[in-house]
Amino acid sequence: MKIESLLEAVGKTPLVPIRHIGQEIKALHSGQVKIYAKLEYFNPGGSVKDRPAARMVQEGIRSGQLTKDKTILDATSGNTGIAYAWIGAALGYKVELVMPENVSLQRKEMILACGAKITYSSPMEGSDGAIRLVKKIAENKKDYFFPDQYNNPMNPQAHYDSTGVEIWEETKGQITHFVAGIGTSGTIMGTGRRLKTFNKKIQIIAVEPNDPLHGLEGLKHMASAIVPGIYKEKELDDKFQMATEPAYEICQRLAREEGLVVGHSSGAAMLAALKIAETLKEGLIVALFPDHGSRYLGHS
Amino acid sequence: MAIKVRIPTPLQKLTGNQGEIDAKGVTVNEVLADLEKQFPGIKGRLYDEKGALRRFINFYVNNEDIRFLKGETTPIKEGDELSIVPAIAGGVGVTGR
Repeated sequence: MKIESLLEAVGKTPLVPIRHIGQEIKALHSGQVKIYAKLEYFNPGGSVKDRPAARMVQEGIRSGQLTKDKTILDATSGNTGIAYAWIGAALGYKVELVMPENVSLQRKEMILACGAKITYSSPMEGSDGAIRLVKKIAENKKDYFFPDQYNNPMNPQAHYDSTGVEIWEETKGQITHFVAGIGTSGTIMGTGRRLKTFNKKIQIIAVEPNDPLHGLEGLKHMASAIVPGIYKEKELDDKFQMATEPAYEICQRLAREEGLVVGHSSGAAMLAALKIAETLKEGLIVALFPDHGSRYLGHS
Repeated sequence: MAIKVRIPTPLQKLTGNQGEIDAKGVTVNEVLADLEKQFPGIKGRLYDEKGALRRFINFYVNNEDIRFLKGETTPIKEGDELSIVPAIAGGVGVTGR
């Protein structure tokens, strides 16, 4: 595959069936219900966040808000930061990110490798601390382009124009349920909105941590967090709350039984997909897996 | 003797919005038990059903991760600081620890 820009490689990720986990559920065993995983780690930056980051940057350039003298600045819990970092490097823009000090070393190193600068916010305050700090930095400064991923309509729009269409086409219109975690909520909002234009009956189901204190990186416990401006809860058909430990355990099973080494938020989406499968006689569930598990191996 | 315990934002509802608490004890376990006495309910957030510290939370005595010290029995003395920091990703992996 020859391309002119790495940005062309964003999207068109594989959709693969889950073949072994959940076989104790009758409808999955019989094949009446199927679960497919959308593997977003196939994006160049290794996560789903390449889609919105590329779109927000490209829109900034198109609108004239992002010019070569400006630095791309945003708050991130990691994956969006990696996306901005490589996209900035590829297009020739400086990048500065604000992230909680306790994000994983692998994430920090990937960002620094692309030449981006990191400002750390308090590890005690999670991603909300980064959001508060980036706003302070962005205030009154003209040499920054601040996409503001939590409030930028181009974030869900990226998924409306790509993820939603891909899933519809890849399932040949057979999808009945779409499951994804909520961080900025861009993925579930944009993909869900697009899928509903194809078939209103498709159920859009969000996954969030069950506790403000959780270990599901990238996900937000909405009731206790700064609610993103792009999040419209009324557009969801349902929302599942997931505990951290079971999500970690299903990640181990996904690796060992399916060959899918994925991050913890993928585990949470997988658990939700299994819960949905238990209630169905037939259907096709798509769970979005945001990133690869290598970023979570930590010092283990 | 008093140990300063740093509390992350998601747990501050339990501590009356305080980010720093003075607690007593000579090991991490004891300090956390004293924390539970002061703020009932906090222990259930820090330990799992099997009674182990939740692996997605990191505990630091001063700046040392207790996983690399003596875990829950890590000694602690007056003037030390115990930080409870959500790991998010750091240190826990799909292979578990």
